[in-house]
Amino acid sequence: MVTTGSNSARTPGPPLWLLAELTYRCPLQCPYCSNPLDFAAQGGELSTAEWIDVFRQARELGAAQLGLSGGEPLVRQDLVELIRAARELGYYSNLITSGIGLTEAKVAAFAEAGLDHIQISFQAADEELNNLLAGSGKAYAQKVAMARAVKAHGYPMVLNFVTHRHNIDRIDRIIELCIELEADYVELATCQFYGWAQLNRAGLLPSKAQLERAERITNEYRERLRVQGHPCKLIFVTPDYYEERPKACMNGWGSLFLDITPDGTALPCHSARQLPIRFPNVREHSIRHIWQESSGFNRFRGYDWMPEPCRSCDEKEKDFGGCRCQAFLLTGDAANPDPVCAKSDRHDLILDARREAQEAAPALEQLQFRNEKASRLICKG
Amino acid sequence: MSAIADEQIPNLRRGFRFQWEPAQQAHVLLYPEGMIKLNEAAALILELVDGERHVAAIVDTLRTRFDNVPGIREDILEFLEVAHGNHWLEFR
Ligand code: SF4
Ligand code: SF4
Repeated sequence: MVTTGSNSARTPGPPLWLLAELTYRCPLQCPYCSNPLDFAAQGGELSTAEWIDVFRQARELGAAQLGLSGGEPLVRQDLVELIRAARELGYYSNLITSGIGLTEAKVAAFAEAGLDHIQISFQAADEELNNLLAGSGKAYAQKVAMARAVKAHGYPMVLNFVTHRHNIDRIDRIIELCIELEADYVELATCQFYGWAQLNRAGLLPSKAQLERAERITNEYRERLRVQGHPCKLIFVTPDYYEERPKACMNGWGSLFLDITPDGTALPCHSARQLPIRFPNVREHSIRHIWQESSGFNRFRGYDWMPEPCRSCDEKEKDFGGCRCQAFLLTGDAANPDPVCAKSDRHDLILDARREAQEAAPALEQLQFRNEKASRLICKG
Repeated sequence: MSAIADEQIPNLRRGFRFQWEPAQQAHVLLYPEGMIKLNEAAALILELVDGERHVAAIVDTLRTRFDNVPGIREDILEFLEVAHGNHWLEFR
């Protein structure tokens, strides 16, 4: 949503957005789950002091928006301290939570410490989402109770719903629920197809007809809200699988977004970890060095890295060649044009996916089931 | 939208914060997951939006400050209307 930033390879603009992925831990993670999680191999979480130092350094470079996310950030026992430090540094701080583990007392304590906004994500496993839509289930009740507490304490509230082919047809009920909960913003984002979602793409990607219907219904609600002068804003994010041009991913690589993972690895986007690039760590380098000098952050900055057809394309300043992670996942080379682009010679991959979604979508039961943790990792908006 | 009356008092909507950003050399309006970089005129007006001053007081203050430049009242009202339409601020 941020609209400023530059994409010059020489002098990158400030990292206006700092995303602090405080932890990969999550209370929903089954204790008997023995999945080796990627982060376990990568060293421990940053300490309170280390995080505050990251906040300070990034703020000096111009970061103004701070996202506190995870995993489930509520797992961190030092959250109040981190929020207070962020406020003192002048950040606008956003807590991005599943709402699990939130209590009214915490909502109040965070407000007192200076937290600006709470986003509750309904990015749960399919089963849980079904509970939600059926109007039952503990997680649902907890999320709803916490949404009410968030509003009661005067915060603005974003509700984030990850949509896919198995729930997108209920979009009217999702919107109704959000309005009833007095959400200020509602993000209706189609699941992004990285990681696990990529494996399950055929089972998640909505058909074109589903999408068009959902967008039409969203527009009808928008019009209704507008006429009422209602402040609730509906944000509908379509998967770019149905586009002929890619999205301007992150507004350009290393252009305004800086993500720090629990162990201090710095990424230009939360999906970038899967790329075969060695990204710098805040334990070894200053944020200034990471942002301005590191090879990871300069890898796809500007236009010099581009192959054809992007290099000589007159639209490159609009979309920066699309998403590097998508290019990597689908074509095996992160420097290729995003295959969403109709000019890409691998656009057939996208056409195949559309056809699959149309004709041969597996049923819900056939999805490659995963634990909550994994499902949360994929569906980050 | 109905016209803005002199005695109405604008206030930033809850969750919106107005502040100076040295790195951008500009005032910005921060809100959930977003930021708007403001031009100077907008910043001059928003600086006076404090939930206490009414519209007439804002106009008077800026009129004095800018030596009665013609059209200033209209410009201010227009900005307030746009800001209100975008739900950046509320009137009481
Ligand atoms: S060819 Fe490259 S730069 Fe041009 S529209 Fe496609 S992705 Fe964008
Ligand atoms: S290219 Fe990678 S880093 Fe950029 S938005 Fe896509 S997934 Fe994120």
